[in-house]
Amino acid sequence: MAALDDIIERIREAGAKGTPLRIRGGGSKDFYGGPLEGEPLDIAGHSGISSYEPSELVVTVRAGTPLAELEALLAQQGQCLPFEPPRFGAVGQGTVGGMVAAGLAGPSRASVGSVRDFVLGAQLVNGRGELLTFGGQVMKNVAGYDVSRVLAGSLGVLGVIAELSLKVLPVAPAEATLAFECSQADALRMLNQWGGQPLPLNASAWMDGWLYLRLRGAQAAVEAACRQLGGERAAADDSAASWMALRDQTLPFFAERGAGQDLWRIAVPQTAPVLAIEGTPLVEWHGGQRWYLLPPGHAQKVRTAARAAGGHATLFARAEEEGDEARSAEPFDTLSAALQKIHAALKREFDPHGLFNPGRLYAGL
Amino acid sequence: MNAPLTSSQEGALSRTERQAQVVRALQAVLPAHALLWQSEDTVPYECDGLTAYRTRPLVVALPETEAQVAAVLRTCHGLDVPVVARGAGTGLSGGAMPNALGVTMSLAKFNNILKIDPVSRTAVVQCGVRNLAISEAAAPYGLYYAPDPSSQIACTIGGNVAENSGGVHCLKYGLTLHNVMRVRGFTAEGEPIEFGSEALDSAGLDLLALVIGSEGMLAVTVEVTVKLVPKPQLARCIMASFDDVRKAGDAVAAVIAAGIIPAGLEMMDKPMTAAVEDFVHAGYDLTAEAILLCESDGTPEEVEEEIGRMSEVLRRSGATAITVSQDEAERLKFWSGRKNAFPASGRISPDYMCLDSTIPRKRLADILLAIQEMEKKYELRCCNVFHAGDGNLHPLVLFDANDPDELHRCELFGADILETSVAMGGTVSGEHGVGVEKLNSMCVQFSAQENEQMFGVKRAFDPKGTLNPGKVIPTLSRCAEYGKQLVRGGALPHPELPRF
Repeated sequence: MAALDDIIERIREAGAKGTPLRIRGGGSKDFYGGPLEGEPLDIAGHSGISSYEPSELVVTVRAGTPLAELEALLAQQGQCLPFEPPRFGAVGQGTVGGMVAAGLAGPSRASVGSVRDFVLGAQLVNGRGELLTFGGQVMKNVAGYDVSRVLAGSLGVLGVIAELSLKVLPVAPAEATLAFECSQADALRMLNQWGGQPLPLNASAWMDGWLYLRLRGAQAAVEAACRQLGGERAAADDSAASWMALRDQTLPFFAERGAGQDLWRIAVPQTAPVLAIEGTPLVEWHGGQRWYLLPPGHAQKVRTAARAAGGHATLFARAEEEGDEARSAEPFDTLSAALQKIHAALKREFDPHGLFNPGRLYAGL
Repeated sequence: MNAPLTSSQEGALSRTERQAQVVRALQAVLPAHALLWQSEDTVPYECDGLTAYRTRPLVVALPETEAQVAAVLRTCHGLDVPVVARGAGTGLSGGAMPNALGVTMSLAKFNNILKIDPVSRTAVVQCGVRNLAISEAAAPYGLYYAPDPSSQIACTIGGNVAENSGGVHCLKYGLTLHNVMRVRGFTAEGEPIEFGSEALDSAGLDLLALVIGSEGMLAVTVEVTVKLVPKPQLARCIMASFDDVRKAGDAVAAVIAAGIIPAGLEMMDKPMTAAVEDFVHAGYDLTAEAILLCESDGTPEEVEEEIGRMSEVLRRSGATAITVSQDEAERLKFWSGRKNAFPASGRISPDYMCLDSTIPRKRLADILLAIQEMEKKYELRCCNVFHAGDGNLHPLVLFDANDPDELHRCELFGADILETSVAMGGTVSGEHGVGVEKLNSMCVQFSAQENEQMFGVKRAFDPKGTLNPGKVIPTLSRCAEYGKQLVRGGALPHPELPRF
């Protein structure tokens, strides 16, 4: 693996010189998290599928592999990444390593699980330039600490993800989308009520006074649920395109964001009531994820409301035009002192020279 | 290196003096009845479900409040005394085995279900609540807690978090990791800490994923929020016989390849079937070389469709007989043997050792045949029961612990199975944990650098190394002594160390 050898060599040199490195896959999520610091360390050259056996439901793939390439391969076998990771930037820009490092999941997350739920193993290069393997390629594995899953959402601060083994699933045989005209409060109430029943719920979105519900599962189960739930059944092609646009944030709500607007992502318990934040959100994940567009300067209010509801708020994408005062808002919510201590200590253990993505997750980390 | 604490670190104090010192310090923070140190009182705590390894703890603490848990931890941390947290003691790898110079902290008194919320479909429970008790409490709302380890009547949710426990339904419903949202507890220093939340994610690194399965070495759990899921309207099970283990192994892969995720997919070999049939009289096919149990759950329409597809795949894979459960009583009868595999083995042998490795599904037949060869090599019998859908094996090696040579051959047999599993692309433990039992085998699965990085994780949570020391990760010198250490791509690390 020439590309991987080069990456390891770069890390060792950077360690010797104390030069910070900015790990980069396709660069499709450069907007996400803290500032980009350090010399770019490109991993795109370390790409390709290492192994894939559909009957094992496992794929092992090098981190620089384009996500689009992986998804196309899985689709040929009738399988998929069920958590629907969002794809930002140009078509084919994002990589599998970036998908796991960012840890972002799409519309189906509340029903099927998160990125980390599907990570089975990872190969990682730590700050000493050591190539380490954790987890494995099997469904159940409790040998040692589950280091591979912590990499999901780590934004590269613990090391360079070199290779990943992911659990994949068959594409559901049937799907239907139902639409209901209702208020946000009614949508939340209905979603939580349905969630307690054995229904093949897969994704939901409330926006502009409409609740859209996607069902996925066996043909018979989807049809039975449609009869039970009512609502208006959407045409299959239109709804597939809309869910895709929600996943990739190309719906007007996201795409037409003004230059003076911050995009906030708020994760709260699904039962949290309508939040005391101005503006109308786009609600996903059966109430568990709520998006708000707000002018800069709302960080404190938004975070207070999110915490009061038992969740947290992320400044997902910053306004292009923001005042100096708003600049100071951290992308991610503050951790408790006890958790901060562990974060700092883990960082020292994995990356003793502080090379990787400094400040991308938290200032000083 | 975060080596386990040894007696030499306590300097000149004898065990009795050390015990008196620790008892005095803990008497200041615990009521008298919550502290045991006389031999006859601490003996019940000398082992967990791995009974072959026993050590009496210095002191047993039975805190009743969270403030007492914190105080015990703070006190022990101040005195450099190891603390081993313990739930029901059903663990099979010695994760709760006491430290001879440490405090075993039983959390059995934290057994309250604090909240069942049918709307958010979550339960908030104390760590000592039994796994099955959660599902029982949720049943009136049509909900249940999905992970169902075989010990679910007795094992606690705190122990499940420590081990990342599985069960027979995890291919479809996930492990403890996938069903726990939040863990609240204390650090080694006795500071309160919370991992995860009741939202679907939290800010920062996903430390919850690290704490689940960490075998009590990173933090002490006192309260857990779990997800509850709607109880399927219907479940039906197929029992399929095969005249050849290879055909049965291939059938497992064929079911998955057909795009089906069964609610449970289990395999028993002929010796196991004979042992359980004798015990539960479930009507298993005693002539079959292997039996598969394949379950479908969901709406009645869904189940009918899936049972049809599964039966077709099994038939094409060469099943010699297929029976589908016609009602709930029959379904439970099919499962009764599988669920009683361990006690049934206990009836046919004075002792048995249960292994827990996982391999890629496609190697199921290969490992079964390899185990048959090992039976001849070590002159011991082995019954096999597999969570086949996950590739998770539970070979039960039968032996007599009173015969030192049998015990020795059994240990070699077990190590051989684990190492063969790793060589097939698998792992030494699927759901029972490493504990003390599989420390040597960890040398075969992980390189010295990987083990050292895991010690780094331990240090980040517990700098002094007082929480359950000496478990899960083998030291470099231990691997050198064992004579095996995984080497990735080149030279053996630390060639200067002596190796046998």
